Amino acid sequence: MLQIVKNEPVVVTAINDFVIKFANVNGSGSASANQLFAKSIIRMGVPVAPRNIFPSNIQGLPTWYEIRVSEEGHLGARDGTDLMVAMNPQTWDQDIASIVPGGYLFYDSTRHLPPDKFRDDINVIGMPLTELCNREYADPRQRQLFKNIIYVGALAALLDIEIEVIETLIKEQFRAKEKLIPANIHALHMGRDYALTHLNCPIGLTIRRSDQVGDRISIDGNAAAALGAVYSGATVAAWYPITPSTSLVEAFSKYCARYRVDKETGKNNFAIIQAEDEIASIGMVIGAGWNGARAFTATSGPGISLMQEFLGLAYFAEIPAVLFDVQRAGPSTGMPTRTQQCDLLAAAYASHGDTKHVLLFPEDPHESFLFSAQAFDLADRLQTPIFVMLDLDIGMNERLCRPLTWDDTRRMDRGKVMTEAELDTAKEFGRYLDVDGDGITYRTYPGTHPTRGAYFTRGTSKDRYARYTESGTAYIDNMERLLRKFRTAESLVPPPQFYSSDNATKLGAIYFGSTSAAMREAQDILARHNVDIDLLRVRAFPFNDDVRNFIAAHDEIFVVEQNRDGQLRTMLINELEIAPAKLRRVVHFDGSPITAHKIIEKISSFLPAAHAVFSRSAL
Amino acid sequence: MSFLPKPKLHHPSLSCNALGYTRRDYEGAISTLCAGCGHDSISAAIVRACFELDLPPHRIAKLSGIGCSSKTPNYFLGNSHGFNAVHGRMPSVLTGANLANRDLIYLGVSGDGDSASIGLGQFAHAMRRGVNMTYIVENNGVYGLTKGQFSATSDKGAKNKGGATNKDEAIDLVGMALQLGASFVARSFSGDKAQLVPLIKAALSHKGAAFIDVISPCVTFNNHQGSTKSFDYVREHNEAVNFLDVISEHTEISVEYEPGATEVVRQHDGSYLRLRKLGENDYDPRDRAAAFAFLESRKAQGEIVTGLLYVEPGAEEMHDLMGTSATPLNSLAEDRLCPGSAVLDKLNASLR
Repeated sequence: MLQIVKNEPVVVTAINDFVIKFANVNGSGSASANQLFAKSIIRMGVPVAPRNIFPSNIQGLPTWYEIRVSEEGHLGARDGTDLMVAMNPQTWDQDIASIVPGGYLFYDSTRHLPPDKFRDDINVIGMPLTELCNREYADPRQRQLFKNIIYVGALAALLDIEIEVIETLIKEQFRAKEKLIPANIHALHMGRDYALTHLNCPIGLTIRRSDQVGDRISIDGNAAAALGAVYSGATVAAWYPITPSTSLVEAFSKYCARYRVDKETGKNNFAIIQAEDEIASIGMVIGAGWNGARAFTATSGPGISLMQEFLGLAYFAEIPAVLFDVQRAGPSTGMPTRTQQCDLLAAAYASHGDTKHVLLFPEDPHESFLFSAQAFDLADRLQTPIFVMLDLDIGMNERLCRPLTWDDTRRMDRGKVMTEAELDTAKEFGRYLDVDGDGITYRTYPGTHPTRGAYFTRGTSKDRYARYTESGTAYIDNMERLLRKFRTAESLVPPPQFYSSDNATKLGAIYFGSTSAAMREAQDILARHNVDIDLLRVRAFPFNDDVRNFIAAHDEIFVVEQNRDGQLRTMLINELEIAPAKLRRVVHFDGSPITAHKIIEKISSFLPAAHAVFSRSAL
Repeated sequence: MSFLPKPKLHHPSLSCNALGYTRRDYEGAISTLCAGCGHDSISAAIVRACFELDLPPHRIAKLSGIGCSSKTPNYFLGNSHGFNAVHGRMPSVLTGANLANRDLIYLGVSGDGDSASIGLGQFAHAMRRGVNMTYIVENNGVYGLTKGQFSATSDKGAKNKGGATNKDEAIDLVGMALQLGASFVARSFSGDKAQLVPLIKAALSHKGAAFIDVISPCVTFNNHQGSTKSFDYVREHNEAVNFLDVISEHTEISVEYEPGATEVVRQHDGSYLRLRKLGENDYDPRDRAAAFAFLESRKAQGEIVTGLLYVEPGAEEMHDLMGTSATPLNSLAEDRLCPGSAVLDKLNASLR
């Protein structure tokens, strides 16, 4: 927690616990310098959560890179900026306003700015970056790129970051282009030397070497999900570019090029196809799934909307498919580069008629990998579309998480697929015949047997032998079996995780996905203020009895999520028949990632006794 | 789309093909289309083509969209897996199926509403990707299942059953397929079995995107005076440019043909297409640009050009272009797909 020193002027002091924000112009090459900076703190053993805040634009518009440093390992976003690295005149006013009282402003002082452009209650650190660069470099591109490295060097001095760590990272980064190393290290030292000579180093915010990172890795959720698809044997990817899901297929493509090209023949053990639209993407996935390949698409809300008709077919004709929905703020184009958890209802009940789909909710890249791999097993086992519900916050930000692991004895679960030999000895084959009573029927791949097991896949109503029928009895028989299958799914999907408070409590919170880090932090803060709250992290839909029991065991439940309407809450009410008044809606939906503070603010507004304690200043 | 099984009894004198199958083994359920529907003739032609080519029925995957034409896969190849997809989206499902298993033979059946209206985009992209398939549009210029609305292939000026005139320009799928790079393009008429069966056989043995537009009159909604897709109209305006024979690779071509009148095209599977030129023209089905010009000039005269209009025997299909493994993707096991834990450990190390 921050400590406010009560003397004038206020100065925020903190070790390994603060927020730094870089305000840049997109396309200026700042991203890699900022990442270098974040990684250097991680290499010093201090947990860091970086986030890109970027516009739907390629060049010229404002972009921010926010780094939360947290010795305690809180990786959720945090409100307020302790140190603002203001490199973008366009956003100067809002950047200055976002600094906490007593915080710091680091800026390029080459051009003189009038005093009214600053605040009295912050600490201003000016450095003539442009002037230094212009003196050192003649080439305009170099001036721009090295300016970024120069400020990293200066920040290293100001925050007492070990310079050797950054040097090592630069050497690693340019391993393939060795001649770039000396120039970058030179720029780094230029910035550091200037700061050590001309500025008061270190400032009140410092990094101290620690051991809180352990064996954790930094990876973004989209890349981790793509790896999960590679590991679980996905061979067909059909997609249409859409932010924030594009990097998932790009990562799949990268990993396939690395791991899936046959060494002898040079041929690809995968097929990636950029379709003409999202409708064709899901059509291809369904065609491939029908024909026995593990197939997926990655998209976002607008793509899910376009896929609706096909999703009804896949549900009703029972065809495996995996969809990664990297959610962004909707409706319509909405805020395409801002995060939300707003597609739950659109995905859970996608299509017309009575449909229900299986959803998985990873909390971070580690689970993105796990759930991605599991999604392909579930799709084959349940013969239905499986949605992996990522969002921009998980998908597009590098997040510190547990390392990825794989059991080499694991085999793909291809589900109930009959081979030629099994068809020869089977008494009969009915594509929609529920032999085992779990609602899951047996299927065959096209081309398996000369005379047995062929059937006609259709979106029309059919009997247990896949024959067209408009009989009401046969229709109901089929629809109820599909429900039975959905109940079977309850026991196959990842169960919810329970995080008990230290003391018995009748307060509970239910949440999912990227809300996780902020929610756990909120639980800690609330506990320190003697408000005990149990947590249940839902990891999949359908909900199982653990969710039902958790709700029954608590008097008041807060359903915390990142959308306007409380979509998870609606689903809990709808699916578990919970009295709506028992489930309090705690929502955050301005496109920024949810924070512990915002959760507490809203939860405490429902708790009169706690409300006074948790006024903004008390945090 | 009722499922009426046919009796399994075979007449003892039914002839067998090289695989020991009779024609009946290629048939499906009894058609529920209107009596006299052109589509049933196309189904019969598909049955005969597959029988004559000695194709194992179960190695064919038949896919369709929605509409009268898309119902027909139920009426042929009962031992093949079939997929009745959503309206206009058969091409994407077929593309995905083909990606999963390149070893099957893919037959897509669609209609003019399915391919020229709601599914025009998917039609176009499947053609330009060179998906290895036979794509048949059963083209009647009308929406049958919804009772007689004009479709996008109805000719400008054509009259519907109620006497109303179509004001919009017709979409010519043959012209589009040519423009989009299909490597086999043909047009035929459901009433001309002698022309249609060899064309289907040639398409099935072609490697790449093979498209056949089959004018198939709708006896119920589009077979009247003033229609340009009626039996009478098509018979009167049908200008066949060539007559095709498909010759298997084992048959020796021993007969000498009169030069200029006959052309032999070798297909990638070793079979030959023997093309006998018809009429006055000197039509060359291997010249895409000339095919375009010829079709446009005849269209201006109100003629419907049929026959094998374009063929590119050495074309690369989608898998060639994508460099996919020769083993079908759906039969690759963990050893070829999963990089294993040691690789993951290394990857973890690179992410610290």
